[in-house]
Amino acid sequence: MIKTDIIIIGAGPTGLFTVFEAGLLKLKCHLIDALAQPGGQCSEIYPKKPIYDIPAYPEILAGDLTDKLLEQIKQFEPGFTLGERAEKIIKDHDGIFTVTTNKGTQHQAPVVAIAGGLGSFEPRKPQLEKLELFEDNGIEYIIKDPEIYRNKKVVIAGGGDSALDWSIFLANINTDVTLVHRRNEFRGALDSVEKARELKNQNKIKIITPAEIIKLNGNSSLESVTISHNGNEEIIEVDHFIPLFGLSPKLGPIANWDLEIEKNAIKVDTYDYQTNIPGIFAIGDVNTYPGKLKLILCGFHEATLMCQSAYKIINPGKKYVLKYTTVSGIDGFDGSRKEAPKAVVQAINE
Amino acid sequence: MSDVKLKITDRHGVTHDILAPTDMAMNLMEVIRSYELAPEGTIGICGGMAMCASCQCYITSDHNLPEMEDEEEAMLSEAFNITDRSRLGCQISINENMNGLEATIAPEE
Repeated sequence: MIKTDIIIIGAGPTGLFTVFEAGLLKLKCHLIDALAQPGGQCSEIYPKKPIYDIPAYPEILAGDLTDKLLEQIKQFEPGFTLGERAEKIIKDHDGIFTVTTNKGTQHQAPVVAIAGGLGSFEPRKPQLEKLELFEDNGIEYIIKDPEIYRNKKVVIAGGGDSALDWSIFLANINTDVTLVHRRNEFRGALDSVEKARELKNQNKIKIITPAEIIKLNGNSSLESVTISHNGNEEIIEVDHFIPLFGLSPKLGPIANWDLEIEKNAIKVDTYDYQTNIPGIFAIGDVNTYPGKLKLILCGFHEATLMCQSAYKIINPGKKYVLKYTTVSGIDGFDGSRKEAPKAVVQAINE
Repeated sequence: MSDVKLKITDRHGVTHDILAPTDMAMNLMEVIRSYELAPEGTIGICGGMAMCASCQCYITSDHNLPEMEDEEEAMLSEAFNITDRSRLGCQISINENMNGLEATIAPEE
């Protein structure tokens, strides 16, 4: 059981900055994110794209913003549960929340901040009959253990980096790989495209383009897939079919937490961005209120106000006033201290 | 600059006659969002970078549209419910030439 002051669901910019504001109030945070790395959309969707509306940064790459935020919160030693999706929440009689992930990791805190952006990133699934029947029974959307594909027949569908990279990887561990893509061109990194072409020339990968999987065949487990290729139908025997069409965000299990939802977002009170459940806050792109703007800088503001209320829940009756970092410095949980250098007064000697 | 008239059919099959400004650098996805013709969180998820297909539309009128750039073509090549009229709304800027444009919002993936 991981115990902390604030459980933050979502490690995007808003979630990360919450650690900083909470840290100034001596509150510890633990972040949960479905992605394997922090940064949310900034690292998953557009790490190399510039952002122009972060105050004081005329231009910053989304990936660099994530790095800077991680640097800024380092001394507050946040905990991370990455690659796991927050699934269940229970509030006990003492007002303590327990958040459990899809992998069963439990986290406990008196305050929960949902900074889940547009939701957790889920694989985009092709619209094929019997898809659900074969899920985890021949169809996988995420490759967890490449070893299970050794010496097996695998069809991978998709035209991006992950489709190319996994095709290359699996071909190199002796998997019989067929890569199917709707276009002749792949949008993966140039060297991946080059490597795939080499493997194709060496007959280590079959690449079928422009083609599309149109049917899944089998009874209890997947036996073959039907491909539409240049107007013809072709059946390929498979042990596994791996559609790699990228990820798209879904609100997911949070939608079933009895939170008030409006416009696919969580309704909050703009006083402190608390939801209809006391102790659960929603900040950043995941919330909605009159006048809401889905901007990173608004998320930072929301996180700051939210932490003030979190302090009052965690330390009832304990006095505190807002302090300025320039005046008070920052005391890290790691024992570090940052502070403004003291002014040096020098006399003018005669 | 004047507004242009657009005919947008939403995901329930209801057609809306709307006016879109041509001087606010808006694209079709943004116009659809501004009229709330598709629920927030189901359209323009990536913000308009051609990195998701949530704003896919079928352009049903014969307008001279801007050529598809690589990013849009690549995204559509991985999208679902594609037809030869599919475009990403975020890649279609609204200007005077778009007057009378007719588009249907593709189903949510």
